[in-house]
Amino acid sequence: MDTIYYLIQNMLPVAIPLLLVALGGMFSERSGVINIGLEGIMLFGAFFGALFVFTIQGAGINAQLVLLMGMVVAALAGFVYSLLLSFAAVTMKADQTITGTSLNMLIPAAVLLFSKMFFNSDGITTNMGFFIRKMPVLGDIPVLGPMFFQKTYLTVIIGFVILIISVIIFYKTKFGLRLRACGEHPQAADSVGINVYFMRYAGVSLSGILGGIGGFFYSVGILDGNINGHSGVAGFGFLALAVMIFGQWKPIRIMFAALFFAFLRTLAYSIALIPFLNDLGINQTYYKMLPYVATMVVLAFTSKKSRAPKAEGIPYDKAKR
Amino acid sequence: MQDKQTQTPKKGFDLKQLTKSRGFSAFTAALLAIALGLIFGFIVMILANPDKAISGFRYVLVGGLGRFGDVLYFATPIMMTGLAVGFAFRMGLFNIGASGQYTMGMFFALYVGFMWDLPNGIHWIVAIFAGMLGGMLWGIIPGLFKAFLNVNEVITSIMFNYIGMYLVDMIIQGNGVIYIASKSRTNYLPSTVQIPSLGITGSNVNLGIIFAIIIAIALFIVLERTTFGYELKATGFNKYAADYAGMKGKRNIVLTMVIAGGLAGMGGAFAILAPSAIAGSSMTYEPINIIAANGFNGIAVALLGSSNPIGIIFSATFISHIQRGGTLANLVGYKPEIIDIVIAVIIYFSAFAMIMNAAIGRFIKARINKRHQKTEKEAK
Repeated sequence: MDTIYYLIQNMLPVAIPLLLVALGGMFSERSGVINIGLEGIMLFGAFFGALFVFTIQGAGINAQLVLLMGMVVAALAGFVYSLLLSFAAVTMKADQTITGTSLNMLIPAAVLLFSKMFFNSDGITTNMGFFIRKMPVLGDIPVLGPMFFQKTYLTVIIGFVILIISVIIFYKTKFGLRLRACGEHPQAADSVGINVYFMRYAGVSLSGILGGIGGFFYSVGILDGNINGHSGVAGFGFLALAVMIFGQWKPIRIMFAALFFAFLRTLAYSIALIPFLNDLGINQTYYKMLPYVATMVVLAFTSKKSRAPKAEGIPYDKAKR
Repeated sequence: MQDKQTQTPKKGFDLKQLTKSRGFSAFTAALLAIALGLIFGFIVMILANPDKAISGFRYVLVGGLGRFGDVLYFATPIMMTGLAVGFAFRMGLFNIGASGQYTMGMFFALYVGFMWDLPNGIHWIVAIFAGMLGGMLWGIIPGLFKAFLNVNEVITSIMFNYIGMYLVDMIIQGNGVIYIASKSRTNYLPSTVQIPSLGITGSNVNLGIIFAIIIAIALFIVLERTTFGYELKATGFNKYAADYAGMKGKRNIVLTMVIAGGLAGMGGAFAILAPSAIAGSSMTYEPINIIAANGFNGIAVALLGSSNPIGIIFSATFISHIQRGGTLANLVGYKPEIIDIVIAVIIYFSAFAMIMNAAIGRFIKARINKRHQKTEKEAK
């Protein structure tokens, strides 16, 4: 039972960044823009979030409050950075994959440059304790308490709140319906008076906001509040894209997909603590490869009948039919 | 090439025809993207340290000229990965997996170098082919996934970048002959497996660059003069039309990815088998779980060269040139990462440079026409 508690407690902080970033990818792609730059957006958000924490950590503010403020900073940073993608992909009608790739390449270099020049290191190291040993009241619930409300981070609760908000925006508002229309048939959407360019800017911006928050939560929940330019967010932006495809561009399915991947990754990094798997004596690297291999296996089975948004990746041109 | 056929033959040299051609506009678009990238880099340098910005920027621009041997040496691997990305681009495939294919090729070459005992003169050739095979192996997987399972090649390539990197690092660390644990790097390769040097003193430039240029020219011929090349480009222009015309789309996808993988794999082999300027040593690899950057630089090279093999020869040399310059800018306190930023900005702008270019062209033309009309009116 302790092993199960341990796995769940470690899995959730990993699942949340994947969930948020995949939701971001979903907003962007359902509006018709492929956002392969999520990896870069995550690192950008994580960097500014960590920078904010770094500057404020001496002021003696409550750690959880700092986390919330850092989240806002990261969201703003992600939003600003994603404007580069929307400008190129929507206004300039550039190739979306190439633009996204350039965004991914820019940030690690910029983070390294900045950190080397100003901190003489490869990234930002903070010493703020965001870890929550046990939440008041909720942590005392039997079984569920130790699973969800002990030895965790505030990010987990925020993540699920954002999921619920996303579902409501996506399915229950006029905005969500219009966004989805722009990803399926922009000409039809335009003909009934929806501004396709605006909706696509909105979709990409939402992905920027969620990507930035996801990146900051990655730095909080996995790297203990630190971030560096060398390892960045370790391919989580790309994994999130796979999660999104596995989740078939639908929020609830994306949540399950994120939990699945997070479980595999947690398993890979805690082999030494699980006697049964440790005894097998398999090289730990195999487990590290597991999430990526699992992605491929899953995609191999799901892609044949994949329901990608029809108009994704195609720049919208009013003059074309 | 097809420009020549569409243009009506005219007597003599016609500047208007030349500026209208597709190749020319790709060239000016690349120049525009480079200029914007360099300007951005200069701004970053000014922000970082205004006093040294001018001298640092001069290093970036012309620093590589004094070390042309090194420029060519570092251009070799990115030329190969650039060809790997560019070749797939012509078919409409985005081979972001050049990095994994490069790592695989490098590993296969290393393995042959250490574990096989072959006579001098054959050993390095076999190792290069082994590298090609390794890259092909890693290239065929995204091809098969794309052709038969409809999985986007971008995702597959990215996943296999990670899988390949972890796999290679694990195998190398587990091999006592290849790996020296105390120095956390690979052992020195035997001299029989090192590619013969071109003999420029103080530089590692070797036969690899000659091979890379020959391969680029061969690819150009394949693309422009063979049925396969024609089918490949046709599929790139319009997948459905090509399918309708009876071209074997699936076969071509797999074949393209195999060739692209082989090219990137050879790039890895060229990089690791290069001779060292210091006798008794060699290039080494450090298995530190980081994805090879040369694969991603190949994307920049391919885009700058507008996926034309001949263009890629020049763009690889250029990128290598500013990379050397970036290393030299270290002398006045700038970090070499500045060049990675410049490269990323160049890619960003080259994604829509063609459109910007056309807009600027229209603007200038409108100005000229206006002036023309004015002078005509005045003449009357």
